[in-house]
Amino acid sequence: MPDTSDANEPFDVAIIGAGVVGCAMARRFTIDGARVVVLEKAAEVLDGASKANSAILHTGFDAPPGSLEQKCIADGYAEYLEIRESLGLPLLKCGAMVLAWDDEQVVQLDGLVAKAHKNGVMDVALRSRAEILTQEPQLSSAVMGGFVVPSEYVIDPWASAHAYILQALANGAELRRNCEVLSGVFDRVWRLETAQGAVRAKQVINCAGLYGDVIDERLLGRRDFSIMPRKGQFVVFDKPASELVEAVILPVPTKTTKGVVIFRTIFGNIAVGPTAEEQESRTDASTDAEALKALRDKGIEMLPALADYEVTTVYAGLRPATEFQDYQITNHAEQGYITVGGIRSTGLSAALGIARHVSRLNAGVEFSGAPIATPICPAPDRLSNYHPRDWESPDHGGIICHCELVTKREILAALDGPMAPTTLQGLKRRTRVCMGRCQGFYCTGPLATLTEGRLDPALGERDG
Amino acid sequence: MAEQHCNIAIVGGGTAGLALATELRRLGVSGVTVLERELEAGGVPRHCGHYPFGLRELKRVLKGPDYARKLVQNARAAGVDIRCDTTVTALHPQARLSVNTSEGSYELQATRVVLCMGVRESSRAQRFIGGQRPMGVLTTGALQSMVYLNHQRPFRRPVIIGSELVSFSAIMTCRHMGMRPQAILEENDRVTVRQFMRPFPALTGVPIRFNTSNIRILGEKTVEAVAYTDGEGQGHQIAADGVIISGRFRPESALLYASHLEVDQGTGGPSIDQYGRASDPSYFCTGNLLRPVETSSWCWHEAVETAGRIAQDIATPIGGEGHVPLCSADPDIRFVVPQRLVKSNAPNAMTQMQLRLSQPVSGHLTALSDGKTLWGDYMSSRPERRILAPLKPLLKPDLNAPVELRVL
Repeated sequence: MPDTSDANEPFDVAIIGAGVVGCAMARRFTIDGARVVVLEKAAEVLDGASKANSAILHTGFDAPPGSLEQKCIADGYAEYLEIRESLGLPLLKCGAMVLAWDDEQVVQLDGLVAKAHKNGVMDVALRSRAEILTQEPQLSSAVMGGFVVPSEYVIDPWASAHAYILQALANGAELRRNCEVLSGVFDRVWRLETAQGAVRAKQVINCAGLYGDVIDERLLGRRDFSIMPRKGQFVVFDKPASELVEAVILPVPTKTTKGVVIFRTIFGNIAVGPTAEEQESRTDASTDAEALKALRDKGIEMLPALADYEVTTVYAGLRPATEFQDYQITNHAEQGYITVGGIRSTGLSAALGIARHVSRLNAGVEFSGAPIATPICPAPDRLSNYHPRDWESPDHGGIICHCELVTKREILAALDGPMAPTTLQGLKRRTRVCMGRCQGFYCTGPLATLTEGRLDPALGERDG
Repeated sequence: MAEQHCNIAIVGGGTAGLALATELRRLGVSGVTVLERELEAGGVPRHCGHYPFGLRELKRVLKGPDYARKLVQNARAAGVDIRCDTTVTALHPQARLSVNTSEGSYELQATRVVLCMGVRESSRAQRFIGGQRPMGVLTTGALQSMVYLNHQRPFRRPVIIGSELVSFSAIMTCRHMGMRPQAILEENDRVTVRQFMRPFPALTGVPIRFNTSNIRILGEKTVEAVAYTDGEGQGHQIAADGVIISGRFRPESALLYASHLEVDQGTGGPSIDQYGRASDPSYFCTGNLLRPVETSSWCWHEAVETAGRIAQDIATPIGGEGHVPLCSADPDIRFVVPQRLVKSNAPNAMTQMQLRLSQPVSGHLTALSDGKTLWGDYMSSRPERRILAPLKPLLKPDLNAPVELRVL
């Protein structure tokens, strides 16, 4: 491939990493009028920390008051509610309950409510044990007390981030996948050497998540923080179990116990998790039987009827924690470089707020285009179990995945549409195919045929 | 929403559904409709491209796909309306179904519904098999549908987890497309499959590793190896490019769980009475949905008997208000079918209950009600074996308290 990067106008902004933060950043800067390129190391977007989380839209009620994290969560929460209808994004208005199961936790409740109020989440209110059990009758009667957070919601963790980047792409941004940034030089303009040749940009925003410190090292020659990956495993129960509980059940954080969350997913399941395991590897999101059994038992302890339901799937995600508690967002203005690092477990809620914050940090920088007043809103992936799905409208071409009711029309739309997935993992996140209880027992064959020549690695190979 | 009507709506067009439909027509029942979500009826045998199917019920030895085709032909010839690409999305009281097809949705009101949704294998996740999550980890069912229906090979050197009958079917499927299983990993100290099949892996040259635990799958994008711990606590790794998760069947009962019908935790299928009726008597159930897992031949016969009861019920209702639970009161007894005993003098009730154990047990299998022994017999058996016991001694006219099964 001839190197034409020097001949072309440089991009206004190169965003490194297409996790949920990079996707939101691409949308923000595109709307601000910048010519944006997103450089993603993996074959798909959302392949790192954003691959797996608890899919809750947090109010930030328990974030440290006055922290950047708290501010970004609050802003991100507000913007999600503002834009979600235009982007066709779902919301499950389930609310949350923070529950205490022992005396040590009970004594924390007043302080947590006060903290929530300090964070501006004013509808947080204490509830008695009896009130809790009336509201959620399936909970174990061992619960001692707690408080409600009525405006904690559940969202689609993938469709939302996909919608952000698809909106950026529809409004002029570029996405390059399989495009790891290897090195770079800044000489009024950045010249980044990538796995797919050189890219020039006036500014770089490092949204590299689990590799945030590595990218700083490669481009700035130094790191101001170190990523300490923290693994979280989850157990997902079958859809009928979602009837058992309405609200997200959150733990009281104490010094001695981490506690796990029970939450409905927007796809109609119930999940229990996460664990919190520090590790060296930035890629190894292994699950292990012991931890999964412990999670299931913990879930059953809080919600006894869960024992009667099958597990649909398990997963693990890696959170990019650092040695610091707060986000690490630094504007290296003299080098046209902004680091957005250490976005630990709250990235999904905060992403839009982080993008706004970075946009404000960048005020005064001129872009080649004008801000877009009415950005194009592309068609979203409609995967919510609580909203109309594709199979409910005629001419869907047949249901391929029976557990998740994924249609042929949906799969082909993803494969033929913008940002077409090239891996099974990517296709799963775009359509939910193979994500249900049978985990491919029924649909693998038809799917192998439908995706032939489209995915790498392929589901199968033929003779001859 | 559009409404349609039929007499008998059968959910699932596998062995049980097709056999039942054909028998109903033979008995003169009209308006028999099979709803099949796949593009073709035939069920699991469609992708078991090997022998032996049909020996007892069709009096010939066929490969799975030929057997499935024969069942479909017989049903069509008998006048059964088989609707493929037709997904039932909800079960409603009094024999009413929500149905979806690629053209659109409708409600189907029947006189009786028969649930024949069959079984599937437990997934990797359900077994909590740890490790990374690369591609190339399939159940036998997924492997077979790829190989026999789509002629694609997902890997070349898989490791097989489990040693049930279906695990050996996995070996045959692999050989069909030149895949070479590297090993079978079994957590117990012997294979699960019954005696006569035991030499099979040795004959095919696939080593079996017993007493394996802590199985982990390694590999980022595709499978690179399978790690396990042996009985002595030693760690091992087997290089492989795929994993076949075989067996541990579960009834395909998602529709049931989401419905008004009672589910039995022991079988994972519907709670039925001795006539095969669910807790809503307008719903009958048969085949492998009732319990994991029996052969096609067994399901075929079960379905034919159920057809007789349905024909009977339409002519003269079985009735039978109220029921007495029949249940296991012993952790060694994993499940019993049926789970409900109704008082009815209608003919054609099941004559036997089916049980399975959770571990090898010897002792007196005993049925008790209100402290009184109704029936008992010596038994020595293992979890993989079907146990049959007579139902008749339990069906006393004055039966009012639950019947509990124990091994004494």
